[in-house]
Amino acid sequence: MAKTVLVTTTINGESTEFLCKPRESLLEILRDTLGMTGSKEGCNNGNCGACTVLIDGLPVDSCLVLGVEVEGVEITTIEGIADVGQLDPVQDCFLDGAALQCGICTPGFIVTARALLDKKPDADEQTIRFDLSGNLCRCTGYDKIVRAIQAVQESN
Amino acid sequence: MSSGNGNYRVLGTRPRRHDGAEKVTGSAIYANDVQLPGLLTGFVLRSPHPHARIRSIDTSEAEATEGVFAVISGKDFPEVADKVADLGEGSVNLSYLSGNVMAKGKVLYKGHAVAAVAAVNIHVAEEAASKIKIDYEVLPSVTWVLDAMADDAPLLHENLFTDHMGEKDEKPSNTAVHMHFEKGNIEEGFAAADVIVEREFKTATVHQGYIEPHVSVADWTTSGRLKIWTATQGAFTARQQTAEVLQIPISDVVVTPCEIGGGFGGKIAVYLEPVTALLSKKSGRPVRISMTRAGVFEGTGPTPGSFMRVKIGATSDGKLVAGEAWLAYDAGAYPGGMIGPGCMCVFSCYDIEHAVVDGYDVCMNKPHTQAYRAPGATQVAFACEQVVDEIAEQLGICKLEIRQLNAAKEGMRRVDGPVYPRIGLVECLDAVAQSDHWKSPLEGENRGRGIAAGFWFGCGLKSSVSASVNHDGTVNLTEGSPDIGGTRTSIAMQLAEVLGIDTFDVIPQVVDTDSVGYTDVTGGSRVTFATGLAAYEAGLDLQRQMAGRAADLWECSADDISVVEGEFKGPDKSASFKELAQELFKDGEPLVARASVAPDCSTNGFAVHIADVEVDPETGKVTILRYTAIQDAGKAIHPSYVEGQMQGGAVQGIGWALNEEYFFNDNDTMDNASFLDYRMPTMLDVPMIDTIIVEVANPDHPYGVRGVGEPPIVPPPAAIANAISEATTTRFFELPMSPPKVWKGLSETS
Repeated sequence: MAKTVLVTTTINGESTEFLCKPRESLLEILRDTLGMTGSKEGCNNGNCGACTVLIDGLPVDSCLVLGVEVEGVEITTIEGIADVGQLDPVQDCFLDGAALQCGICTPGFIVTARALLDKKPDADEQTIRFDLSGNLCRCTGYDKIVRAIQAVQESN
Repeated sequence: MSSGNGNYRVLGTRPRRHDGAEKVTGSAIYANDVQLPGLLTGFVLRSPHPHARIRSIDTSEAEATEGVFAVISGKDFPEVADKVADLGEGSVNLSYLSGNVMAKGKVLYKGHAVAAVAAVNIHVAEEAASKIKIDYEVLPSVTWVLDAMADDAPLLHENLFTDHMGEKDEKPSNTAVHMHFEKGNIEEGFAAADVIVEREFKTATVHQGYIEPHVSVADWTTSGRLKIWTATQGAFTARQQTAEVLQIPISDVVVTPCEIGGGFGGKIAVYLEPVTALLSKKSGRPVRISMTRAGVFEGTGPTPGSFMRVKIGATSDGKLVAGEAWLAYDAGAYPGGMIGPGCMCVFSCYDIEHAVVDGYDVCMNKPHTQAYRAPGATQVAFACEQVVDEIAEQLGICKLEIRQLNAAKEGMRRVDGPVYPRIGLVECLDAVAQSDHWKSPLEGENRGRGIAAGFWFGCGLKSSVSASVNHDGTVNLTEGSPDIGGTRTSIAMQLAEVLGIDTFDVIPQVVDTDSVGYTDVTGGSRVTFATGLAAYEAGLDLQRQMAGRAADLWECSADDISVVEGEFKGPDKSASFKELAQELFKDGEPLVARASVAPDCSTNGFAVHIADVEVDPETGKVTILRYTAIQDAGKAIHPSYVEGQMQGGAVQGIGWALNEEYFFNDNDTMDNASFLDYRMPTMLDVPMIDTIIVEVANPDHPYGVRGVGEPPIVPPPAAIANAISEATTTRFFELPMSPPKVWKGLSETS
């Protein structure tokens, strides 16, 4: 059996330690080891974006990152987007704009959208569509997701 | 019943959904998020061959692997006799269902489940599965529908004899069923026609593509009762199928429907539930299986590929007078595909006096096909709507006008028998004419505009709810319909409307099969219609009970109390629902109502879509420039979620039209079982999808609701094909109209 490794990282602002085997993905660590099931598994090979988290502010598919790779980085997951008792404006706009149906892709979209808006607050529609094209949604046809992100921009 | 489109307080507003906060913060519990003490992880081993006899399975090495708790294969499943079970939306032969859950004797497609392992984690389970030794005798295979119908085709089922409207053939065949519908006199019809267009069409096998894979958690360890948490469109249907496959009483099974990450018809049949159950029983631990994405593509869901021939005749003034259709649909590995609705829908949008439809349900070495949003209707619309367009071209008639001239209306009999009640196709076509999109000219080279219409029945089926009044006058609403797209809210809004309270004064909950009356699947566009109707009925019952109690309190006769917009009015006293509920809570029995309904009717939804495209002649790529979906919703309870259904269905249809297909190689195995290679639309592939909601009240619902989920996937491939034809003067008769095919088609024309 491969050696278990102790990894120290920061998740949603909290210093976190976990033990992991070299073959375990960050998504497995989040969901199975740490019980943070907000990041969803849709394909487990980097094609759907449902497991998107931010590593040092950059959106990545957590199924494509190994647990051992996150030593010393800062991770933001869907669980860290809202403040206690206060949704993030992206979350509010998704709810007001009915930008979700089944909701399985929603955590990934919200995390990716948050990163986009932090980096490019004035992104036009084409930029929004380009930056979120790594997140698949099968229910909404994307229209209301784009509009929800635009609503966040308008509220700023 | 009263007609819809009245003045409403709640209906037609756009509140947030009740389960919204959980879904945007990641705290909603889907089946893959369920945690139980000692939970094991399972893995399903699948056949690498499209058709083979299983000579032997040796699981000994897998069982001996450290960390493995149980291994099962076909021999662990009980024999299930041939028996057809009604699953609400469609029926299934239980021996086929059992055989699909775990292969016995033969594998019928690549991806067919052959064994399963439960272990401490997924890595150990996968490793152990790789040690299972299966001796296969590979057999010839077939994956194209016309080849599968040939006399010399490899046979999947030696005991399958074609059923021609009740008469069985004597020689076994892959063709399970031949359906035949007719009305009028087809020879007379074509004889009266001035123009006749006949075309052949092919469509590829496509998948529903829900982002959440199939997941099941089973605990069959302690009490003797089997507990299942699963991603299903219908908990009661999952309970019934699981009990039948395992040959145990339904009452021994309780199914909790978790939040579900999309279904579109593909999460009605069970796959993993009986497997996790047996693994749990054998290991003595609860077991979860989450299907791999390749497993989802290769082992579940696809909806039929097809071969179709459609011929329509019209008089010189544009009146369609005769229609003939010959349809062959994939059933996949087992009989029971989508050919029935295909036959019923092919001419459903038009009043054609003389028509004949023949349909064939054909087995082949592909996964067993399942429903996908208006199952079977999108294929035939691709065919019929293009033929109608060509007739308009030959006669020099506007493509909207030919549809208006022939549109189905109240009183028209479909080829399969039913006569339409009040429907809204004419109003949808009028809305096209009035739309900014239709009125705006489309300019530029290689650009074209197409329209197409589509129909889906929308069903009623069975629903149950109970409503209990809290002492602050809010109401807990308990229901059995899994909420895939905001139906907790669209149902709660109907109860709130009856009672004269606010949307958020109703607290809806979707519960397990022990905790609410029988409820059919979330499917058939039925939930807002039928479960909404149950909520409405429960509201009326609460009002009756409360009026009776108020009469005692106010010392008058119950007949003297009227309820106006939720307000109780007596001879000299009145009270709102909330005031009265609080008052009545002080004394007497708690206020609880329940209602169960089984509306035996279709809600008859029609959609018309307009697509503007640009075709790149260099690459064959088709870009959607502008898209408008028009649909009769009867009454849009929550317009945002109605629009969402229209937009989502349209984009699924765009994917079907332009990119999605199962690629089968020369070995009849799928080459593209991933989201990278099975190319569903991304955000970058589509524009905004404009919507126009038409409201022609459904006479069978107190608020006029029609099912809205399914019609919007029907028109897109046809509308886009018609637009491509306008843009390039080349017609495409094969789906998907992907860049290589379009490029090739354009090269051949020029």
